Amino acid sequence: MSRSLFELKCKTGRYNGHPVLHDISISINAGERIALIGKSGAGKSTLLQLLHQQSDNTVALIPQDLGLVKNLSVFHNIYMGRLHTYSNIYNLVNLIKPLNRELENVSNIADRLRLKNKLFSPVGELSGGQQQRTAIGRAFFNQGSILIGDEPVSAIDEHQARDVLQEINHRHETVILAMHDIELALNYTDRIVGLKGGRIVLDTPSQDMKANELGFLYQ
Amino acid sequence: MSSVSSISNQNIERRSTSLLKTSLGFLGLAVFLLIFADLEITTHDPWIELTRMLTGVITPNFTETENLINAIINTIAFAILGVSLACSFGFGLALIFQYRFVRISCAFVRAIHELFWALLFIQMFGLTPLTGIFAIVIPYSGIFAKVFSEILEESDPTPLKAISAETSKLSTFFFARLPDSLIHFKSYALYRFECGLRSSAILGFIGLPTIGFHLESAFAQAKYSEVAALLIIFYLVITTMHQWMRRSLLPFYIIVSLFILPWGMGDISLDNIMRFFTKDIIPLPLRGVEQFDSNVLVNFTSWFWMMISTQAWPGLLNTVVLTQIALVATGILTLVCFPLISPKFFNRIGRSIGYLFLVILRSTPEYVLAVVFLLLWGPSMLPAILALALHNGAIIGHLIGRYTESLKLRPDSPVKFNLYVFEIIPRVYPQFLAFLFYRWEVIMRETAILGILGITTLGFYIDSAFADLRIDRALFLILVTAMLNIGVDILSCYIRKHLRLSIKAETI
Repeated sequence: MSRSLFELKCKTGRYNGHPVLHDISISINAGERIALIGKSGAGKSTLLQLLHQQSDNTVALIPQDLGLVKNLSVFHNIYMGRLHTYSNIYNLVNLIKPLNRELENVSNIADRLRLKNKLFSPVGELSGGQQQRTAIGRAFFNQGSILIGDEPVSAIDEHQARDVLQEINHRHETVILAMHDIELALNYTDRIVGLKGGRIVLDTPSQDMKANELGFLYQ
Repeated sequence: MSSVSSISNQNIERRSTSLLKTSLGFLGLAVFLLIFADLEITTHDPWIELTRMLTGVITPNFTETENLINAIINTIAFAILGVSLACSFGFGLALIFQYRFVRISCAFVRAIHELFWALLFIQMFGLTPLTGIFAIVIPYSGIFAKVFSEILEESDPTPLKAISAETSKLSTFFFARLPDSLIHFKSYALYRFECGLRSSAILGFIGLPTIGFHLESAFAQAKYSEVAALLIIFYLVITTMHQWMRRSLLPFYIIVSLFILPWGMGDISLDNIMRFFTKDIIPLPLRGVEQFDSNVLVNFTSWFWMMISTQAWPGLLNTVVLTQIALVATGILTLVCFPLISPKFFNRIGRSIGYLFLVILRSTPEYVLAVVFLLLWGPSMLPAILALALHNGAIIGHLIGRYTESLKLRPDSPVKFNLYVFEIIPRVYPQFLAFLFYRWEVIMRETAILGILGITTLGFYIDSAFADLRIDRALFLILVTAMLNIGVDILSCYIRKHLRLSIKAETI
């Protein structure tokens, strides 16, 4: 039995002050890879937010709005994943002139995410998919053992999405993702949590499920 | 997932009613105040003067002014040093803007016009470059601090969530907040530099060696060809500013400015500065008092009452009357002017004429416009109202005209007047009111200043007090002016909040 990371029990979960979740009870163990599925407005983001608030601050986060600094380069945005582990001086030096050591580490990740030739482009000038990959890069660089992602591959084509999900699973021990692509969710996670109308209506191992059995979540 | 903030139809209706009510209230007040306003034309024959001026405009003479090149360079140098210092101080202050003391101090220093600051500093430093630099740095620092802190507040908050909460404050600031704000800082600083050029030019009117110095004497001698030449050069400096004002060249400009300013002019004596603080600014009845007894108190009370009843109160009333009329006139002029540069109303050729018109009006300081109209009509509120309305109307008209470019209309929308009334005005009106209320405080500050030209606002009494070397009275009246400005600032803020009018601070 592996150690439990999250024990979440709550009557109502709020999003911007509005009650969105009801009677939630979920526990998550280290090493699990979980997909939250359900149609938009079902409460996926709110549940992720509650889990993130519960965690200590070692979680690598990919928010739905990505949280990128548009005027900084891909390098700097990825580097920001590790700001808290370095001293202020070291951070400022890298802000002005990236050091070789960091450059090497960051460009390895950027390479993996096919962003290498964009390393010094301001993020604001990139396409939606490239921006999303930058946010994923920041989470990779963070190296937290837990990754929480809100639709992290929604703007990436399917072939690349598979690649990225594999990489996520490879780099992070525990993975919790909100997803809209059921096929990908079944293939790359081992537990499916289905949400409908703010309630958990399904919590089952992925291998037991077939895509067409999940259709009811979207009705 | 996002929460949809739905504004019901009823809400929209209520808001447009309150916008209309507010506008009509201000309009009604202005019309009422017109009864008390002195709008008399006192000059003998305005048409002859106008003919002379127009002749001057079409025959500019660039050779008449002595030291013309120096005057231009000095104008730019004061602006560069003043604005870049103020920008640095303002940035520092913006970082500690959460402290009430900082906010109040900044509101206070920016409530006093740079010309009043200059008149104060002349008492200390004489007509030295120090006076000109300080006169710009002090009020501009307060403005920069406020706007920079607002920009920082408005910066995209999403990156803050995405980085670890353990990240230090300093690293968070430099990575997650500053980069997004920097571009706004830059564009605002550039706009402020344009204002700085105008301020610097105006400082010449009280004796500093900038373009205003030559303008003043050319106006006084009715040498309108020289006036036209000076203004044309000034417009060229302002319109080419974006080409030559580069961040990479700024250190060079700063060093050159430091060397170029006439430091030999006038001299700074420690005695003057000491006298200013220990004697000049102390109210007369309190000066040299060794023992504070009832006699002193009686004297001071009567001094205070004299100041209020014969100077502060009449000056304040006239300042308010002029401000309110000028504010409404600015609004009307804006609504007339903005279509001139809007592609919804005019083609490219029409718009370029409109642009030229607005650029000239917006680049000419209110003070200079007021001098022109005063020469035409003599000292009354009329020249001041027109000067304030034209300058400020051109600034806001320019912004609104640009804003209409982004409006998307249906293909079969009406044209011309019906387009203006049914499609455009309803869409730009909230934006327009927001700009106008932002400008309210600026108009009031400028109204007070125009008193120097003989219109009996607070500036008239302040200028007279300086002329009589009664610095204590001048300072007292400047403080009254500052309080009035802060009051209007608070009121404007309240009205904007109440009407839910918001614009990004750096856009104006």
